[in-house]
Amino acid sequence: MTITLAFRNLFHDRVRLAVTLIGILFAIVLIAVQLGLYLGARQIIASTIDHASGDVWIMAYGNKNFEEAQPINQRARFVALSTPGVASVVPMISSFVDWKKPDGGTANIVLVGSDVQDGGLAPWNIVEGDVGVLGTRDAVIIDKSYLEDLGVQGVGESAQINGSRVRVAGLTDGIRSFTTTPFVFTTLSRARTLLGLAPDQITYALVNLQTGASAETVSKALQVRLPNEQVMTKAEFRNRSLNHWMLATGAGVALIGGAILGLIVGTVIVAQTLYSSTKDHLNEFATLRALGSSTGYIHKVILAQAALSAALGYVLGMIISLTIIYVTESMALPLPIVMTPGLAALLFGLTLFMCAISAIAAISKVTRIDPAMVFSR
Amino acid sequence: MTQRSVLLASNIVKDLGHGAGSVRALKGVTLDLRAGELTLLMGPSGSGKTTLLSILGCILAPTEGTLSVAGHATAGLNAEELANLRRQHIGFIFQSYNLFPTLTAEENVRLALDVRGERGPDVTQRAQRALQQVGLGHRMKSYPGNMSGGEQQRVAVARAIAGKPSVILADEPTAALDSENGNAVMELLSEIASATGAQHAVLAVTHDPRTMKYADRILKIEDGRIVGEERRPEGVDTIHQIARGKKRKTDAKS
Repeated sequence: MTITLAFRNLFHDRVRLAVTLIGILFAIVLIAVQLGLYLGARQIIASTIDHASGDVWIMAYGNKNFEEAQPINQRARFVALSTPGVASVVPMISSFVDWKKPDGGTANIVLVGSDVQDGGLAPWNIVEGDVGVLGTRDAVIIDKSYLEDLGVQGVGESAQINGSRVRVAGLTDGIRSFTTTPFVFTTLSRARTLLGLAPDQITYALVNLQTGASAETVSKALQVRLPNEQVMTKAEFRNRSLNHWMLATGAGVALIGGAILGLIVGTVIVAQTLYSSTKDHLNEFATLRALGSSTGYIHKVILAQAALSAALGYVLGMIISLTIIYVTESMALPLPIVMTPGLAALLFGLTLFMCAISAIAAISKVTRIDPAMVFSR
Repeated sequence: MTQRSVLLASNIVKDLGHGAGSVRALKGVTLDLRAGELTLLMGPSGSGKTTLLSILGCILAPTEGTLSVAGHATAGLNAEELANLRRQHIGFIFQSYNLFPTLTAEENVRLALDVRGERGPDVTQRAQRALQQVGLGHRMKSYPGNMSGGEQQRVAVARAIAGKPSVILADEPTAALDSENGNAVMELLSEIASATGAQHAVLAVTHDPRTMKYADRILKIEDGRIVGEERRPEGVDTIHQIARGKKRKTDAKS
């Protein structure tokens, strides 16, 4: 009967129910979008590291993220190759550089140079051309979402990097950059030339391990043998990049702050409506108390009301959130909103939490109820 | 026949308010309620009727004195223990019915049983039986808003008797009703009190003189004290019993 009573109380006043649901819905959509953007940002930040080979990464000291890499000497690669547990070491280059558009003007890009046949970092989600085209003269592969930013129309068009001609030979779909600086993929030697690096300079040495070797152990051994370089496991470097872009820049804090704001606003709206509903039904709760119900029974009714509101609000909020995600996906925004089963479960948990917290004021009101008031009406 | 006492109140004193503004609403009330009897508690406004009803119903605790309901002393019980005593042994009927407007008549009665922790298909049947007993077998699925005042009060009576409490306390049960419906409700209460087995003691607080003809006993309260008690003489039937006797004769003739 507690569920029946809660349900009837809830649907008795449709306007109040609508206000409650709008409050929950607003909170869920705001939290879903903010946390979805946060997850999307994490996905983008880590995408290059995730797609690259290398269980252990060797780089210059102080390297905070994938994009801003300083050059190191290729000697590190050979030192690594002679370390126990190492199967292969793949050199890679990544660096910010200017891209000169064909019709004038420049754009900042991240040039990634890697020999894909060695298993470094090959462009993925290729929708025009294939990785093999990188072997052709002046070839680069870019993401189609950055065509306009780079001032080109598509495959076959040319631009310049540091005064040297490059030609768009392939297109990917969905390789976005958190900094909105487009990734431009090419070969190792071409990247070295375009960046003006010495023939023995690289920015990363990606270490692939022998079967059964521990990344942590090899990483420590390499660090001892390469005291002038920074050695990190893939997971460590991934976390460092995420921490840099999400925390040090404040971007992640802003997104999480927005989600917390949504939670607070939602809680306040639901608390207010639940409290006013309880106040309106105070005589009924007093009657229940007079009839001998325990306070726990009355709390159950209020919590059931909160839980029903949460379930309804969650379903509606998720429908709207998923619609927003679907629409923004087709718009190819720089930062995607990501929804995962884990986030959906978290949102449901947060909604229940929000509604349970909201019920506290109402519960506190009925706990102080005087059943004797039933005689004074 | 001597009926068993199901409620005993002894020297009940109740002070309302605190300090200088405190008012002694009850000044040593002693009474007992017996199964099978309909007792009326009558008195003018401000005489302490409602305060006494609240204490007898274990809603208010007396300042002094002792109370025992169905053999359970209430002294020292906390709010939850008093609530437990209420749901096990006391049924309430309120002046304004206090039905839940969003629940049907049957659900209102079931709710009182649910509060007692009684669930399952048997509970629905008991709720339906209680409604049939008060003549509302045809209104089980009706909402209070679609029922007359008399019908609503009869749902409240069904709710009070469904849990088979030892004591039924009614607060001005006819005050909001017209004469016809008021009589019907009082007849019902009298019938419940005198029903075979005499399970319930019924106490109705009232200032409605029309109800007196239904009473087995009338307690008069004034200024926080019981100032008089009238008991229906042995062998004299209440109006309800007379009516029931007439009906039996008519049935026998036909």
